[in-house]
Amino acid sequence: MPNLNRPVSSFRKLSNLAFIGSAILASVVVLAPLVAIFGYLVMKGVGSLNLAFLMHLPKPVGEDGGGMANAIVGSLMILGLGSVLGVPLGIGAGIYMAEFGHGRLVTLVRFTADVLNGVPSIVVGISAYALVVLPQHHFSAFSGGVALGIMMIPTIARTTEEMLLMVPNTIREAALGLGIPQWRTTLQVTLRTASKGVITGAMLAFARVAGETAPLLFTAFGNQFWNLNPNQPTAALPLQIFSYAISPFDEWHRQAWAGALILILLIVIAVSAVRVVTSRGTMANNA
Amino acid sequence: MGVGIEVNNLNAWFGKAQVLNEVNMKIGPNAVTAVIGPSGCGKSTYVRCLNRMHETNPDARLTGSVKVGEMEIYAPGTDAVDVRRRIGMVFQKPNPFPTMSIYDNVAAGLRLNGFTRRAELDAAVESSLRMAALWEEVRDVLKKKSGASLSGGQQQRLCIARALAVQPELLLMDEPASALDPISTGKIEELIFQLKTKYTVVIVTHNMQQAARVADYTGFFLMGKLIEFDKTEKIFTTPSDKRTEDYITGRFG
Repeated sequence: MPNLNRPVSSFRKLSNLAFIGSAILASVVVLAPLVAIFGYLVMKGVGSLNLAFLMHLPKPVGEDGGGMANAIVGSLMILGLGSVLGVPLGIGAGIYMAEFGHGRLVTLVRFTADVLNGVPSIVVGISAYALVVLPQHHFSAFSGGVALGIMMIPTIARTTEEMLLMVPNTIREAALGLGIPQWRTTLQVTLRTASKGVITGAMLAFARVAGETAPLLFTAFGNQFWNLNPNQPTAALPLQIFSYAISPFDEWHRQAWAGALILILLIVIAVSAVRVVTSRGTMANNA
Repeated sequence: MGVGIEVNNLNAWFGKAQVLNEVNMKIGPNAVTAVIGPSGCGKSTYVRCLNRMHETNPDARLTGSVKVGEMEIYAPGTDAVDVRRRIGMVFQKPNPFPTMSIYDNVAAGLRLNGFTRRAELDAAVESSLRMAALWEEVRDVLKKKSGASLSGGQQQRLCIARALAVQPELLLMDEPASALDPISTGKIEELIFQLKTKYTVVIVTHNMQQAARVADYTGFFLMGKLIEFDKTEKIFTTPSDKRTEDYITGRFG
């Protein structure tokens, strides 16, 4: 019988400390690049950031000033269209996989979602080009939205599925036992219970596609002028940043930095806004 | 008012395994009926057959007839959702909706069935919580606290209130106190005793003392068969079947 009452050895105390230390170190290493990127963006971008940048159209080369107002609005429009397409389809597919599907079809849908998740974004862009741009004979915000929406679907579908599967079956039984129809049980009880995770999944997908450039190259295409018509070529922040960053002009480089900063801020604002809005009316799980 | 139940030749399966075998039982209105038996004897499956919850399991199957009041619940054309709306169920583990407030939990059955008038909901929530003996404890935090923030015993009474809010004719309870401490158990039992003035109650329990305390009638299940069904007093004092006697005297199970 080993003596379990012996005092804790100093080796054990040390190894405990070492473990906690390495965990802290790991989180610092994870955080460092994020802070560095954001800090660098602020440093480089904030100088060119002013009201004109947010309100004005790009100026021709050689003229100072001008802004990315059209690209900011264009990005919002394309992301909006993408979310309108991607969020319901993704959540719908997730609900199907977790709540209704049986057997092979579910495996097939899940496999397809995983493969789609791994498809390079430029390939998704080409598909949207073939599906929307070619038949319509012109570039458009709509086709860009289709490309981004397709990219959002697999992430949202898989996180929705995982989150719904985490809802204990007893919750579904409670609702069914009250005589609540299956579809209402799924939407208003099961999905609601999983809503936090589902929203996180949707936000992750949103943030990921918000910075995508490749799928927009031959769909939204970019535009130097105002355009609010989803059926016309439209400017987008990532596209504008890309073309400004590879240009030979210092002024454009500075504007590209400011554009990148705005893009990140847009994502942060959108994600926080959705969190605030959706947290109303839903109680925290253990509050 | 509660309704009677008439079960005829009920058989139930999970996949190929038969869990209920030719069960016949006639339960009178406004009485508490206990269903007892060792683990795996089919008692939970049995009550789940009384409100068509059995079929929510994908490989569940069933034959026979169950009449609740005037309604044959397995008649073709009878909708399972309608059946469950008229029969309340309380489960073994308290299962309040975690993202809803106490108020919303009790109102859930009404709301999700289309009742939205504020005054009606308020009245139904209060009377249900009073009936479940929880009103005094939660009246000040109805909309502030989540159902999941209550203690286990309170959660179970919340679940009872939630079931009562839709005004069922019959209340099924599947081991409602097995996850609770003795004091909470006592409260639930007292509640069951009061509920029978308004409802017919069928309660599954693995606790024979509990059956003896709360039930007017008791049915003893063994390996999917209803061995004996009689007045509780008779079952616990002079059972007519040797197996019932062996079980209640603690010789097995």
